[in-house]
Amino acid sequence: MPERGLNLSWIIGAVLLAAVLIVLPYLLSFSQQEILVLLVINVLLVSSYRLLTLTGEWSLAHVVIMGVGAYASALVSKDLGVPVPLAMLAGAAIAGLLAFLLSFPLFRMKGFYFLIGSFAAGEVIRLIWKWTELTWLFGGPKGIKLIPAFPDIKLFSLDIDFYNPVNYYYLCLIVVGISLLVLYRIERSRIGLTFHAIHWQDKLAESVGVDTFRYRTMAFVISSVFAGLAGALYAHYVGTVNPNRFDVEEMVYVLIWAIVGGTATFYGPIIGVVVLTILNEVVLRALGVDQMRPMLYGALLILFILFLPDGMESVVPRVKAWFAGRRQRRAVAKQPAEAEQPAE
Amino acid sequence: MPLELFLQTIVNATYAASYMALIAVGLVLIFGVMGVVNFAHGELYMAGAYTVVALYSGFGAPFFLAVAAGLIFVGLLGLLMEYTLFRPLRDNPLGGLIASIGFLLILQTVAVLGFGVRMKDVLPPARKSIVFPGGAILTYERLYVIIAAVVLLSALWIFLRKSKFGWALRACAQDREAAALQGISINNTARLAMFIGAALAGVAGALTAPLVSPTPYMGHPVIITAFIIIIVGGVGSLEGAVLAAILYAFVSTFVTTIYDGTLANIVGLLLMLVVLILKPTGLFGAKERA
Repeated sequence: MPERGLNLSWIIGAVLLAAVLIVLPYLLSFSQQEILVLLVINVLLVSSYRLLTLTGEWSLAHVVIMGVGAYASALVSKDLGVPVPLAMLAGAAIAGLLAFLLSFPLFRMKGFYFLIGSFAAGEVIRLIWKWTELTWLFGGPKGIKLIPAFPDIKLFSLDIDFYNPVNYYYLCLIVVGISLLVLYRIERSRIGLTFHAIHWQDKLAESVGVDTFRYRTMAFVISSVFAGLAGALYAHYVGTVNPNRFDVEEMVYVLIWAIVGGTATFYGPIIGVVVLTILNEVVLRALGVDQMRPMLYGALLILFILFLPDGMESVVPRVKAWFAGRRQRRAVAKQPAEAEQPAE
Repeated sequence: MPLELFLQTIVNATYAASYMALIAVGLVLIFGVMGVVNFAHGELYMAGAYTVVALYSGFGAPFFLAVAAGLIFVGLLGLLMEYTLFRPLRDNPLGGLIASIGFLLILQTVAVLGFGVRMKDVLPPARKSIVFPGGAILTYERLYVIIAAVVLLSALWIFLRKSKFGWALRACAQDREAAALQGISINNTARLAMFIGAALAGVAGALTAPLVSPTPYMGHPVIITAFIIIIVGGVGSLEGAVLAAILYAFVSTFVTTIYDGTLANIVGLLLMLVVLILKPTGLFGAKERA
């Protein structure tokens, strides 16, 4: 993004991207359209995760928080009869509220302890969903089924049916697009800059009067609200949620998307989830090696952490730097050659 | 609670404490020396169990030979992890943790491809049991686990206290750089710690294979349990891990017997959260690392 205003190339880029995103579902098969919907939801999930990582904390509860949004939205719409769009917002709000409550114990810890603490908190939530004593509410291990779908929109002669994945894809695109814009603005705001400051210099930030606990909580709550929203979008699309859908394995995939893409820039995790999903759905499906999926993801994770720890996004500046370096080396190589000639 | 059930629960808890201690002590040892949380520790346990599935159930090798093979095989897996993952990532603790998650996925997939996702029943090697006065029953298979835990952990304790290698290992756990300045080879020490830590998990897996019916995903609940134990015991404290394993095993077994397993898991995780919040150094950990 340029510092000031929008220049022409950015406008062209944005229009092209929008055009591709709008046309895209018509180029795909039905099952690919369904995957596309999930991909858009995952983009929101991983982007919201990145906001938390800005403060330097890596949570292992993010997918469970997404599940909280999904469960809450499902229950509010199914049991209380609240219209689905409102239920989705309620789901996001409840996820944020829960994150706010969890932040009191969790942000007494940092680093590895926070990681483990968030893991434990997430597992407790998941176990509560599974608990047979609460089956009347959360449906036990089988979860909640028959979640109301997003209602049709009838405008004049226009009738938009959200059972159709293409229409739901557009809905997700709008919701996720707006959410990403909000997340981006937050990151670029003073609050976002404070997150960065806390990550790199938390003691220094504290010494100039930044309440690090408050900002950590803020990052956690905001990222949880959007994770909850992603969960709500998921629940009303798939129509069923269960505790195993939000287990630590799913969390590992979010981590892999974020790390393979790189978390230093806003677009890094999005690149990660898009590239890996395409790899997964196109290449692996074509090869028919579905069982090998975890192994390939694991190998990919190890290779990236060993050889490209800043993710795919770091390839671009590296290549640029390499070219710049080559030009420089050439210039340097030429100069002595010229300098030597008179000496002969 | 009738007396007979009470005694039986104590026997069950003793067994649970034994295998949990074997796993948790290995995890603590690795963390202490390498500064890395090994998320793949549950899968090392799984690898030990599958060694018994392959050699004892598959090829009909004697049970204890299969267990010994499991110990060595999983120890070598530990060496592989040290060499390929933790050594290059030594200056990046979070990197080591993430790499171990990648390794976990690979081990799981290998188990799925090699043995399928179904449970593998392993025939109990002894089919005998001790009946205590009062009616509590202890099968030989569980007895082996208890004996292994007592013998191996005592041996480890003596080794760490008495041998030169043990001193070097503890020195590295306290301060890696200072240890290096004294001429202690960090690479050798890390290798040793990784081998011992992994091998302990492997033995636990191999010995419990006849009792739990191995699946490729059996490591998941185990690693959660191990985390609870090392946090409650104090990260980096071997004695703390043993005490916490005993505490957790008794709490968990009694809650499971009286109420249900899910509640036991919730109680365990809440216990860990409370310890994390109130006393992050753990209940038994005197000195803190990192």
